[in-house]
Amino acid sequence: MFDWLGITPQGLYSQLLVGLINGSFYAVLSLGLAVIFGMLNIINFSHGAQYMMGAFIAWIGLTQLGGWLGDPGLGFGYWAALVLAPLVVGAIGIVIERTMLARLYKLDHLYGLLLTFGLALIIEGLFRYAYGVSGQPYEIPEQLQGALNLGFMFLPKYRAWVIVASLSVCFATWYVIERTKLGSYLRAGTENPRLVQAFGVNVPLMITLTYGFGVALAGFAGVLAAPIFTVTPLMGADLIIVVFAVVVIGGMGSILGSIVTGLGLGLVEGLTKVFYPEASAVVIFVIMVIVLLVRPAGLFGRER
Amino acid sequence: MSKTALGFALLVIGGALAPWLGIYPTFLMKCWCFALFACAFNLLLGYTGLLSFGHAAFLGAAGYIAGHSIKVWGLPPELGILAGSAFAAALGWAFGSLAIRRAGIYFAMITLALAQMLYFVWLQMKFTGGEDGIQAVPRGRLLGLIDLNQTMTMYFVVLVIFLAGFALIYRTIHSPFGQVLKSIRENEPRATSLGYDVARYKLVAFVLSAALSGLAGATNTVVFQLASLTDAHWHTSGEVVLMTLLGGLGTVFGPVVGAFVVVGLQNELADKVGSWVQVIMGIIFVICVLAFRRGIVGEIVALARKVGVSRT
Repeated sequence: MFDWLGITPQGLYSQLLVGLINGSFYAVLSLGLAVIFGMLNIINFSHGAQYMMGAFIAWIGLTQLGGWLGDPGLGFGYWAALVLAPLVVGAIGIVIERTMLARLYKLDHLYGLLLTFGLALIIEGLFRYAYGVSGQPYEIPEQLQGALNLGFMFLPKYRAWVIVASLSVCFATWYVIERTKLGSYLRAGTENPRLVQAFGVNVPLMITLTYGFGVALAGFAGVLAAPIFTVTPLMGADLIIVVFAVVVIGGMGSILGSIVTGLGLGLVEGLTKVFYPEASAVVIFVIMVIVLLVRPAGLFGRER
Repeated sequence: MSKTALGFALLVIGGALAPWLGIYPTFLMKCWCFALFACAFNLLLGYTGLLSFGHAAFLGAAGYIAGHSIKVWGLPPELGILAGSAFAAALGWAFGSLAIRRAGIYFAMITLALAQMLYFVWLQMKFTGGEDGIQAVPRGRLLGLIDLNQTMTMYFVVLVIFLAGFALIYRTIHSPFGQVLKSIRENEPRATSLGYDVARYKLVAFVLSAALSGLAGATNTVVFQLASLTDAHWHTSGEVVLMTLLGGLGTVFGPVVGAFVVVGLQNELADKVGSWVQVIMGIIFVICVLAFRRGIVGEIVALARKVGVSRT
């Protein structure tokens, strides 16, 4: 199809697949940021560090924990990590919210950003101290090794699973927030927390759980990412800045909006890798500039 | 007013005497460069209420332009520094006009993303030398007369550059223009309703801050004869926030104190605790935000007021 450009269809499909996978991570992470922003009005700078924590918990469970406890059988594998890592990251998040973030709600929202930036430095620094900056490999679970032959290309099973899993989580989150009673409390709390509290809803608890859930999403994405990217303390830092650009492009007003923007931008990035690889690192930022010029509130955003 | 004069006098005398008190001039020059950087940043965050999380972009860009123009084009140091600052100002205009389209948290994210974009551009461009940076930039002769290879001569040139930048910032803050900036920080809709073109004021403040950050970055490059990616990295953007916050947000002398403490800590700790430095910086950040929001100078000022009040 693009033979005249020296691009094979296989090359195109495989870059599109990579784009779709990156897009899934952008979607899950920007969704977490949007959920937290909606309720707490802060931007969680430590989101990248919490994603990295998720990946490390999976890796520690598989390769380190057994040794620490003196019995190799006591570690946990990929499927357990998929549940445990978000729980641990979420629990730590809840402690952070209760002990630190909760003190800042009455102040300028920028302090939340600064606090979580400091936390990101601490978390990243601790993991760097413990494990260095070189990457740790994480094996793909047995059930997902190998590839499916789709006729026009080979689709590695694990990559298909990442896309399916992250999209399911995204849509489950969307369903809970937009279609259930709990979600309606949440949306009302976003609009007017005082009024909701006056109706007898425990708003502070809701805020705490929202933060826990938002960072648990980051932890979940981290476990999904562990077998694809190598597990390193720096894996979250650069990713989170791209996710910030994604959030600026999409606007944080709509849940579905952040999912669609995340996926779409992943695909655009993949296409750029095919047609003009030099620009692939900056293409999302360039799109952000264009969106700011044309529609400053973001594609799905509304001015506050 | 007399307190400010006292502060100025302390800066000048302390700055002139410090290298004779057994403190390494090279270390002091780094402090002065970052102090100017932090003061320029404070003009934006402390006095206009805009949190730019991408200020390293201006420091790094000016460093590259100064380094390249001095080393490859053979410009004298004063023109190299000027070129670097001018480029940073132009960049500030471009980033500023984009970023002021959104307020608050979005402003911070946009500046961060733009700075990261520029970081990737530097990484890929040939003239920056990628990971190596531009090395062995000659210091040359200032105005063709003064040999900057003498450490003490270089030191006093840096001190003068800092004091000039500092005085400019001080003048700006205390001018009618500065009063409008403060009113924007305190109550933006009110400033708009009084007829001020808020976006224009924000942009001018942004460009000024970027240009002075560029001045700091270009000077830093001449001093260390090196322009590198570190200066353009988001870690540096975080550091300048920390310096300003720790020293005292929206105080005249705070960022100077903050810069000396942070650069000094990094200098002291780097070879002793290795990768713990980042953790320690993070902890200071968290403590500042949670319990020490006035910063060192802010606390001193508050204390002085308390004492003053109880006396009268």
